[in-house]
Amino acid sequence: MTALELGVGGVLVILAVAGLLAMTILRPRRHETTSQILTRGPERILFPYVPSSGSTAALDVALRLARAETGTLVPVFLARVPLRLSMDAPLPRQAQVAVPMQDQIEARAAAVGVPVDSRIQRGRSLRHALRETIAHERFDRIVVAAGGHGETGGFDADDIAWLLRHAPGEIVVLRGAD
Amino acid sequence: MAVPRDLNPEPEAGPRGRHKIFLGMAAGVGKTYRMLQEGHAQAEAGRDVVIGYLEPHDRAETAAQAAGLETLSRRGVSYRGNRIEEMDLVGLLERQPDLCLIDELAHTNVPGVEHAKRYEDVEEVLAAGIDVFSTVNIQHVEGLNDRVTELTGVRVRETIPDTLLSQADEVVLVDITPEALLERLRAGKIYRADAIGAALDGFFRIENLAALRETALRQVAEEVEAKRVRPDRRRPTSVDVIVAGDPADRLSDRLLALIEPQPTAQRIVRRAWRSAQRMGAELDVLWVAGREPTLAQEEQLSALRRLTSVLGAHLLIEYGDAVADVVARVARERGTTFLIMGKPQPRGPIARLLSPELPVQLLSRLPEVDVQLVAERTRPAPDTGRER
Repeated sequence: MTALELGVGGVLVILAVAGLLAMTILRPRRHETTSQILTRGPERILFPYVPSSGSTAALDVALRLARAETGTLVPVFLARVPLRLSMDAPLPRQAQVAVPMQDQIEARAAAVGVPVDSRIQRGRSLRHALRETIAHERFDRIVVAAGGHGETGGFDADDIAWLLRHAPGEIVVLRGAD
Repeated sequence: MAVPRDLNPEPEAGPRGRHKIFLGMAAGVGKTYRMLQEGHAQAEAGRDVVIGYLEPHDRAETAAQAAGLETLSRRGVSYRGNRIEEMDLVGLLERQPDLCLIDELAHTNVPGVEHAKRYEDVEEVLAAGIDVFSTVNIQHVEGLNDRVTELTGVRVRETIPDTLLSQADEVVLVDITPEALLERLRAGKIYRADAIGAALDGFFRIENLAALRETALRQVAEEVEAKRVRPDRRRPTSVDVIVAGDPADRLSDRLLALIEPQPTAQRIVRRAWRSAQRMGAELDVLWVAGREPTLAQEEQLSALRRLTSVLGAHLLIEYGDAVADVVARVARERGTTFLIMGKPQPRGPIARLLSPELPVQLLSRLPEVDVQLVAERTRPAPDTGRER
């Protein structure tokens, strides 16, 4: 079949299809987007945290580990549910704390190119939230901050000891500053 | 990571003072000056006005404006061999003025005083029934910290919770043009001569100031809008909005966040929640699923369920292939007025020829609904510490 037999319309259709195919094949590869960065990385480094000053130093360690091993950071804000509330009740006051902290952690991670998969975990106590976290999350390592001297709200020695006894995988404990 | 110390404070008791915040886009716009001016006006009207803490920054105009108002003595605190002066909270509470002027709301107190942050001092002063005038720059608002960092490349460490602005009785935006601010800076009215060059090279660039000014204007506009739709509530709080969800709120704004079950969804939900908080609106989170979720998607959905339940948002899953049609239906059913979604993934030329991008489809299907796209994080931001 010649071009003459196809007619002008047919030739135009063939040219259009060829052009689209060429555009598709020759289209330059996009740069890696954040969502691609956020989902890569087999190593998952769990970073359970509560509002305390020691969290920042531990976060830096967790980020360095994740970066070194091309892993994903899984920061988990542990929310305490007061006994007077049901376990699935909204927690607006804690949300006011958790949301900016999650944003800050993701910003820091983005700044060093570490993918993040954020979580919030509830519990009646810190220990309960921690137990739920290790029961339901996939992870290879845990990085936690031990509460500083006289500091309230961090992981105390009992929590750390419990974690070492019950959590699988490697556990990195960062001692708070005295 | 600045956080309030007490996550579950006891309910307040007794009449609370009124809080007026003078908000600016940067140092030197005249927040403190304006606060002092209004303090004088209140004193002339017969009220007992004191200056609780003033940060004159060696500015002659500010110091002159403070003259004639009683200034409470400061409290000296020893820290690492230095003597540092902080506001004397105890002295202020004992003095019990009608109105107290307190500068620099985002200031971090030296360890050893009652509270870690000055805004916590202010909360206690308000709880004692004393009215407070205070000042803060827009980059110190926690919820805008990310945005400001993206705009300016500067991360600010001293922050105040968003609720301070939303719960304030009045927020006054002290606004001048970036050009006028730079003129003031060059004239030595903001920093000493030896610091001007660094300021001009760093934070005080015209594009930074323009972006901060826009952010400040938008923030105040949103606060005004939020208060306009709740005229009968003197001090609406985020707690009221989420827990009570009264009919007045249901008649006003309602947000719908579109997500895919993947890690980036968390950020979209948080961004949407912030907007919902500012607008006093309910938040719905929707995933339009083409098929049953995979294991990886189930994992993400489980995380999203936990997040939305803590935030008091509603997670909806709808099945359908025509995403725009499903979204439009849900938006109509839920009374959505505002739609938030992530930036669509780039598509190939054939797909672009076959159908427009989802936001475009939604804009045509839902002409009465505002659509906002949440950008992905694009560039690392240096952590340069505190900026005043």
